[in-house]
Formats: sequence, C-alpha cells, structure tokens
Amino acid sequence: MGSHESNGMPQIGSMNKKGQIITDPSELFFLSPRTQAFLTGSEVIKEAVKRASVDFSVAYPITPQSEASSLVGELYADGYVGDYMRGESEFAVMGQCAGGAFGGARVFTTTAGPGTLRAFENFPMWAGSRLPIEVVFTVRGVNSPLSIQPDTLEIAFMLETGMLLWHAEDAQDLFDYILKGYIVAEQPEVHLPIGVICDGFFVTHTKDMVLMTPENRVIPHYNPYASPVTCMDMESPPVRMMRDPFVMKSNYISYMTHASWQLEVRAAIERSRKHTVQLLDGLIEVENPDAEIMLVSSGTAVSQSREAVRLFREQGVKVGLVKIKTIRPFPGQELREALKNAKHIFVPEFNVAGWMAKEIKSVIDRSERVIAGPHVAGGMTMPPEVIVEEVERSLALRGKKELIHG
Amino acid sequence: MGREKIQINEEFWDIMPDDYKDLVNHSTYGKTDRGWKDVGSSTELIAEHSLCAGCPESIAFRHIMASMPAPEDTVMVGSTGCTSLVFPMVAVHNIHSLFGNQNAVATGLKRALNVRFPNKNKDVIVLAGDGATVDIGLDMTLQSWFRGERFTTICFDNELYANTGGQESGLMQKGFVAKMAPVGKKFEKVRLPEIARESGCAYVAVLTTSKPSLVERVVRQAVLIAREIGPTYLQIYTPCILEIGKQSMEGLQEMRDAEAAGERFKFREFITPEAQAFIDDMAAKKKAEKLASAAN
Repeated sequence: MGSHESNGMPQIGSMNKKGQIITDPSELFFLSPRTQAFLTGSEVIKEAVKRASVDFSVAYPITPQSEASSLVGELYADGYVGDYMRGESEFAVMGQCAGGAFGGARVFTTTAGPGTLRAFENFPMWAGSRLPIEVVFTVRGVNSPLSIQPDTLEIAFMLETGMLLWHAEDAQDLFDYILKGYIVAEQPEVHLPIGVICDGFFVTHTKDMVLMTPENRVIPHYNPYASPVTCMDMESPPVRMMRDPFVMKSNYISYMTHASWQLEVRAAIERSRKHTVQLLDGLIEVENPDAEIMLVSSGTAVSQSREAVRLFREQGVKVGLVKIKTIRPFPGQELREALKNAKHIFVPEFNVAGWMAKEIKSVIDRSERVIAGPHVAGGMTMPPEVIVEEVERSLALRGKKELIHG
Repeated sequence: MGREKIQINEEFWDIMPDDYKDLVNHSTYGKTDRGWKDVGSSTELIAEHSLCAGCPESIAFRHIMASMPAPEDTVMVGSTGCTSLVFPMVAVHNIHSLFGNQNAVATGLKRALNVRFPNKNKDVIVLAGDGATVDIGLDMTLQSWFRGERFTTICFDNELYANTGGQESGLMQKGFVAKMAPVGKKFEKVRLPEIARESGCAYVAVLTTSKPSLVERVVRQAVLIAREIGPTYLQIYTPCILEIGKQSMEGLQEMRDAEAAGERFKFREFITPEAQAFIDDMAAKKKAEKLASAAN
C-alpha cells in the first residue's frame, strides 16, 4: 500500500515497504519468470492478493470463502495489506468496501451465495459510483433449503449490476484474474467494480498446480486521481455537484440524468473489452471450432466439458468447446463467430436456472440450436459422462440417429 | 488540502460560479477559531438549499458546516432522506451511497484515509436522519461504535420519516399518531444516546439547533475527540415543521419548547474521563498560547 502524501504514486521499479518491487503489469504477467506451486484455491487467492498492492480488505465468514478471507488477514498481519477488518454482515462489508474505494484505496473482498444476496443493494451502487472494488465470489447454493455446496445460481443475480464479471475455470485463472482484474477495472475509461468468480469447493478447496509470478513483485498501486469521478479525500476542490438536486424532481432532466449514467456504466463495461482481450488473450477460448456439436460454458463446467470432449474423441466423435471467460462484458460477437458452424450447442451448467444458456441464446442467431443442459445443482457434481449422455439423448430426440464421426 | 488547491486560473475567473469564487475569497481553511459567526459573512460551504422554507435542518446544516474544525480536510457521509437533498450543494466532499449504510461507508472511508494519509488528520463526519441512524442502519451505527471507529455520527432527529411523508420511526415519541402508526406509536422513543454511551462512544450530546454557540461547541468537541480518542455521537432535534403541523416561522419556538427543563431535548452530554482530559488539555494549551502571545 502506498502513502499518497508525497503527491506522487510510488513509481514502477521502486520498492514497497515489504521490499516487493512495483512492476509494470505487462512485464509481470507476460515476461517475469513463473514458479510452479501446488495450492488450494483459497491459498491462490492469498498469493494473488499478496502481489496486488491492496490497501484495504474487509472479511466476513461464509463458506466456502472463509479460509480465503482469513488468509488475507494473515497478509495484513504480515504487512502486505494496508488495513483489514471483519465486518458485521455482507451488507455492511460491501458498504465498508465502498467507503474505502470512495477514499481512494484499492479494495479487496470475498463472499459467496447467501452473502452475495445479503450484500446485493451495494453492487449496483458500486457500479453507479464507479468504484473499482474487486470481490471474489466463491459461488455456492442460495437458500432455501440451506446449502453450502457449489452452485452458480448467484451469478444470474449479478448480471445486471453494472459490474465486470469474470469466471475462473481453475486455480490458474483465479490467480491471473485477481491480478489482471484490477488492471482492467481501474482503467480510467472503465473504472468499474469487478467480480472474479470461482466455483466454491471445486476451486477453493481442491489443490491444483499454479504458475505464479515472483513473490517479490507487485502490480502498481491504484491511482485514485486517474478516476473519472472525484476521489472523496478533500485533496481536490470541493465543487458543489448541483445547484438543484435531481433526486425527487419529477422532470425529464432528472430521468435523463439517471438513464444516461446507467447507459454510461454499461458502455464502460464494453470499453473494458480491449484491455481484457489483451490481458486474457480473448474473452473466449475455442477448441475444434468446426465441430457440429459444441459445448459452451464457464467456470468448472468448462473443465468437465473438456473431459467430455475427450470421451467423445475416444469414441471417434468430434465435439467442440467454447470457454467463456468474461460474463460481463458478454462475448456476443465472439460467440456468434465461434458457433456459426455449430448445429447443436450444449450448455452444461451448475445451477437450476440455466442462465448461461439464456445468455447465449440472446446473442446468437438460430437460437433453437441451444440445448440448455445438462444442469446439476445444489452441490451435485457433473461427471463428463453426464454431459456425454445428455448430448446423446438430446441428439436422439432431435432425430439424429448417429453422431458425426471423424 | 491547502488553499493552493482551490485557486482559480486567472483566465477562468469570469466563468466560475459565484459560490466557488466565494470559496476561494472567503474560505476559512486553516482558521483555527472558525465558528457559527462566520455564517453571516461567508457562504463558502453552503449557500442555497432545497429544503422547505424555515426547515430547522437547514439551520443545523449551516451551524455544523461553520463549526467543523477543519473543513479543508473533512469528508462527510450522508444517507437517504431530506439531508440527501442538501449534500449536493455542500462544498466539502460528501458521499451518498445507500439508505442506512452510512456508518459502514464511513468506517471504510476513515480507514482508507488513514492508510493513504498516515501523518495527516482527515476528519470523517456522518450526518443522517433518525430513520437511517436508528432504524434501517442501527446495526452499522452500533457496530462502528463497538469497533471504536474514529469518526463523528450526527443524527438529525425529526422523530419521523420526513422525506417519505411522515411515517413512524424509532425515535418518534410514544403515542404520536403518524402514517404507519395509525393508532399512535406503541413503544417509547429509542434511547440512542444512552445506547451510544454504553456502546463505546467517547462523547455524546443531545441538543436542538436553537443555540448556535452550543452547536459550535459540541460539534467542534465531537470532531476533535473522534480524531484523537474514539467515536462520538450527536443527536440534534431538527423538527419537521411540515409533519407536526407547524408554520415556517415556528421551527425555532418548537426547538425551544423541546429543550425546556424536563423535555426530551433538554441539553445533556456524556464524556469519558479520557476525552474530558483531552479537552481540558487542549483548553489549557490554548490558554497558555494566548498568555504567551499577550506577553509578547
């Protein structure tokens, strides 16, 4: 974390108080040597935050993110995070995060499932206030009945909050997205909150091999004076915002002000594309783009789909795959291109609603090609065989007697 | 923030709004004895407002703005309600985010400013209505006190939800007939000042805004104690003349009636020994300085 009193940001190449070197993001992500580590997703969150020059973090216990947010507390105790506290509820936590970001801090928090919904009113406020807070959603089931198990339903609620939403498939994505997320979210022309999503338990509580950037290098500090809105620190002239507050005024100007700002937030999401494409190597990843059968999804459903593609390959059936990395911005143009040859589009999902299938249907032509499934929910796993069976059953129903071989 | 940051480039003087020129010409930045008497000569922090004519809230706003010890380094946090109509016209940085989360926002804000400016005083003041402070936001109000967060909470107590049209609130008097209390409120006015004292506030005061010198003293004291010792709480009666059936010119009398002996807004304050020692020490130093300068 940086003291901003000297009227200048800590420069690239200089050291923070922990002796970590402030490093140009491109150099850090693409040129610096990576070392392999075998870690749980929760530990990966800690390792990424350690390299993220975070000023303020707020924690609250909720499974399955409790371990990660406790580990961020250890970083604070060791001096890697400026300030850290336990909030009293997720609604309060997200308000505390907002206060920190209004005050010019780089803020990090985590939540999941019921916590996400408890906090909900804050998310569109963050976006409307242009606060580039990063929150990791370790998604889990939403009550009732009570469930602590992995489930991606909460993402459906997040879609229209005005936040950037990136969905990590595995621990490696999680590490990279946490760091890269700040770089994109804090661009002056973007300047929006970002939700980095990973599937609870499947990613947080399993160990995976991760290639990590050097421990002694960090991304540059957040510069609140490059924000498109005023940093609330009384270090810039306190211009009165309005002669006459718009709130409570029933006139066209007040409606237009609100509507145009909401449109601007959505435009800012779209403006994040070029930065995201550069850092994530595209908003989607495609395998076998010429296959007639495509599996399209995000998160760990992609990992399961990869295995299903392999099972089909063993049967001599060519099946393609699209991994969606960013849910907001939604890669509409990319999906139209990637799916133009597909005849059957399957969308495996870990939730009961099938929201991803609906999203895909909304941006491609011939949307009857989309088969919303298979779905599992409430913590059920989705073995690749389930995906294979769903494809075979659905195609049989569609009157396709034989799968295409070759 | 020093005065140099608010200066106007010479070429822009003719197009700047009058109230900004007023800020540059008359700002009391850095003035240690600023107070309510500056209200008449300077409109740098608040000039117009969009409250009802004669609303005591507008008077309270002026007195508070004039009394904060360092407006040049003060950030305010508001909430939804009549106060949110005024804040856009206030010339210190101020935040509106949601209804009721003001003490959570102030918590994060104060901590962020501490991290970013470790060697500088940045005061944070929450100013919200009684619905925001005591009903919807009570959890966050209390939790910020439990944690000992270093900022001042000011509640504009008008004993009802004014902005939504006069509904029952927790600080309403028992028996008062209002919207959502059609047969009269059935429970006592919540004793938040006493709760504040038990929750860790170093300084608590209950008052009306009828006496500007009193407002000046408690606001100044509350902000300085919050800066050095711990959380502080002020509950100020700002009657909603509209909802209690009074005329525009009757606000002041209403406050005077409510602060009479035995009435619910009779001035009372609570201060911890530690905070009192701090205030005494500050007064002693000031006195010594005065004597020294007189001797010179």
